[in-house]
Amino acid sequence: MVQVHHYDAVIVGAGGAGLRAALEAGKRCKTAVVSKLYPTRSHTGAAQGGMCAALANVEEDSWEWHAFDTVKGSDFLADQDAVDIMCKEAVDSVLELERMGLPFNRTPEGRIDQRRFGGHTRNHGEAAVRRSCYAADRTGHMILQTLFQQCNKEGVEFYNEFFVVDLLLVDGSCAGIVAYELASGALHVFRAKSVLFATGGYGKMFKITSNAHTLTGDGPGVVYRRGLPLEDMEFFQFHPTGLYRLGILLSEAARGEGGILRNSDGERFMERYAPTIKDLAPRDMVSRAEFFEIKEGRGTGPDRDYILLDVTGVDPEVVEKKLPDITEFSRTYLGVDPLKEGVPIVPTAHYAMGGIPTNVQAEVLRNHEGDIVPGLYAAGECACVSVHGANRLGTNSLLDLVVFGRRGGVAMAEHALGNDLLDIPDDAHKPSQDWIAWLMDGESLESSAEVRTALQDEMWDKASVVRTEESLAHCLEEIARLRQRLGRSKVKDRSKIFNTELVEHMELGFMVDMAEALVVSARARTESRGGHYREDHQLREDDHWMKHTFIYKRDDGTTELGYKDVVAGRYEPVERKY
Amino acid sequence: MKVHLRLLRFNPETDGEPHFEEYTVEADPMDRLLDCLHQVKWRHDSSLALRRSCAHGICGSDTMLINGVNALACKVLVKDMKQPVTVEPMRGLPVIKDFIVDMEPFFAGYRAVKPWLIPDPDAHEPARERIQTPDERERFDDTTKCILCAACTTSCPIFWSDTEYVGPAAIVNAHRFIFDSRDYGSRERLQILSGKGGVFKCRTAFNCTAACPRGIKVTKAIQEVKRAALYDTF
Repeated sequence: MVQVHHYDAVIVGAGGAGLRAALEAGKRCKTAVVSKLYPTRSHTGAAQGGMCAALANVEEDSWEWHAFDTVKGSDFLADQDAVDIMCKEAVDSVLELERMGLPFNRTPEGRIDQRRFGGHTRNHGEAAVRRSCYAADRTGHMILQTLFQQCNKEGVEFYNEFFVVDLLLVDGSCAGIVAYELASGALHVFRAKSVLFATGGYGKMFKITSNAHTLTGDGPGVVYRRGLPLEDMEFFQFHPTGLYRLGILLSEAARGEGGILRNSDGERFMERYAPTIKDLAPRDMVSRAEFFEIKEGRGTGPDRDYILLDVTGVDPEVVEKKLPDITEFSRTYLGVDPLKEGVPIVPTAHYAMGGIPTNVQAEVLRNHEGDIVPGLYAAGECACVSVHGANRLGTNSLLDLVVFGRRGGVAMAEHALGNDLLDIPDDAHKPSQDWIAWLMDGESLESSAEVRTALQDEMWDKASVVRTEESLAHCLEEIARLRQRLGRSKVKDRSKIFNTELVEHMELGFMVDMAEALVVSARARTESRGGHYREDHQLREDDHWMKHTFIYKRDDGTTELGYKDVVAGRYEPVERKY
Repeated sequence: MKVHLRLLRFNPETDGEPHFEEYTVEADPMDRLLDCLHQVKWRHDSSLALRRSCAHGICGSDTMLINGVNALACKVLVKDMKQPVTVEPMRGLPVIKDFIVDMEPFFAGYRAVKPWLIPDPDAHEPARERIQTPDERERFDDTTKCILCAACTTSCPIFWSDTEYVGPAAIVNAHRFIFDSRDYGSRERLQILSGKGGVFKCRTAFNCTAACPRGIKVTKAIQEVKRAALYDTF
């Protein structure tokens, strides 16, 4: 049984980018949001620290300084035209959220308050600057709630708990999507003049991650399987302060408010790695510093395998008022009171810089020459514009999703208004139907849960903070084996209503594809840059590698790489020191 | 350590009535109940149906009745649970399958109170941000924490028996705007909340406050909305 829906615009994913796009598209044309979760369950809500914009509410600042920091933070891999747009539009984006009702923290004068954040500096690196607009340590929660409130006000149409399984292309143009309804087990075809993917990240491929269970790369997976490329997949951010063992994030805001990282000697080791901004160096550098401190035997604890985040020197009232959530996480999950002792932390897989390639209108690229797929858009973490290059600065993800979510929403509506629905064959849902039927038929010879755990372990051990040719080659072989095992695994639950085993199985399939794309891209890049660190190629090689990786999956299952030059601008690559 | 679980199961495609099934899993005292449920699903019975996402108490997906008390499965640790651990779906919403309930009545109550900023109709669109002092911002801070997990609403005895009542979470979200100095919609909201399904249904059982995983003083917020409705004190 297949239901067919007709829309001008369909948005897949209901986090910050999807909801922001929906507000724009919904004003202009018939729009639906399709999401595998209830909108407020999206992981935007877990973002803590803030959203940077050069409002200059508390000290001198300019969008050019923000752009410089973003480019330098990206290890010069970001496209500078896109960065300029993001940093320039940041100011209006923050003010717009305030007008929608977002409850930002305020200065004594009643303006939006701002605080320091990693990698954000005044005048091209002189000192840390107060640029992050925030609402305690739950800025993402407030953004998600505010956008959801506005969508309710505007009567945006939602299809909640619908899992996207396929993208429909007709002669290279977008014609819609296919989604699986969890409540009934039915397939739905959404015919649309334009489609925007905003499905978030895929950090669940790693054992230790700040990401939700549901962040499995379904959006990029669907696009990739239709022969479209993914960009810069080797660049994955490992955040330096994940709760020990669990990976739950403790915001950089803890260091923004004065928290310090210490090794087993109690030493503030970041002074050695980044003498100017120390603990507030960009995330890739801090995570690597932690990795080497632990590797060289200066980790803390019985197994010397973690670092301490020390906020005991920060005014307890500031900790309780401005960092309430992370204080609670430490108390709840580790039984550690940050007011009294250091919190055990480790790097945690946090953010995908890579994803579905787009231009600054959020139009999806079909190749590394920059041609587009008419009618197809992407925004937020699942997209790669690229504004984050090889390493994203803290707070720039929330900024990215409102700036490019808005742009995508406008662009997709304009496209929809100027074009007709494309004709699709009556059996457009057939590949999805066959896939599900295959998964639900026959005996299962492998446990998909075991395959998932093995993938997460392997990706963490071989393709995370530090990589080598050897580790990546090993990882690739293991992924091939896991893919075979997954091929022998069937869904044991044959029910139609809320068959979450089926959804988890399909998610794992996408995750294996994402992992393979990441490792193949990482293996080819024989340099170190931002979040991609090769112990066997420790230097950045600007002569060869000022380019974005594009990876394609061919019909025979092999992968192919292409490259696209970085868009240069005002800032020439220099050595990255802080 | 071993953890004994008693889970109230219901498969609408095969079961006439819900029934308990028992499982034993191996867990660390610091593990979450959610980890135990995943073990059941991934090792014993893959058909177990539950909602979950962030696994650290932020997304509000996995509210359940755990040993008789509403809580998020990802915020209750093994060391803190009395064994055997009895887990049931939250009350007052129709059960679809195992721990998955129909959330629509809950969100309908939420939408009914107009939970969005209603700006001053006479003011010009400001060029910069509207001014709001830290004290004005603090006034509604507590109720901005709500994650719409429904733990409060589905622990409320009035909500269980009265389908008209919008429930505590809806009132919390109304409070968040009624006491926001930038909002001008309080009159319409309080009119709705003074009506049949509104705030005066509350009998201050305090179950909601005890259930809130975000520590919101829900009953206090409801009392403040009652007073605002009676005395225009917003």
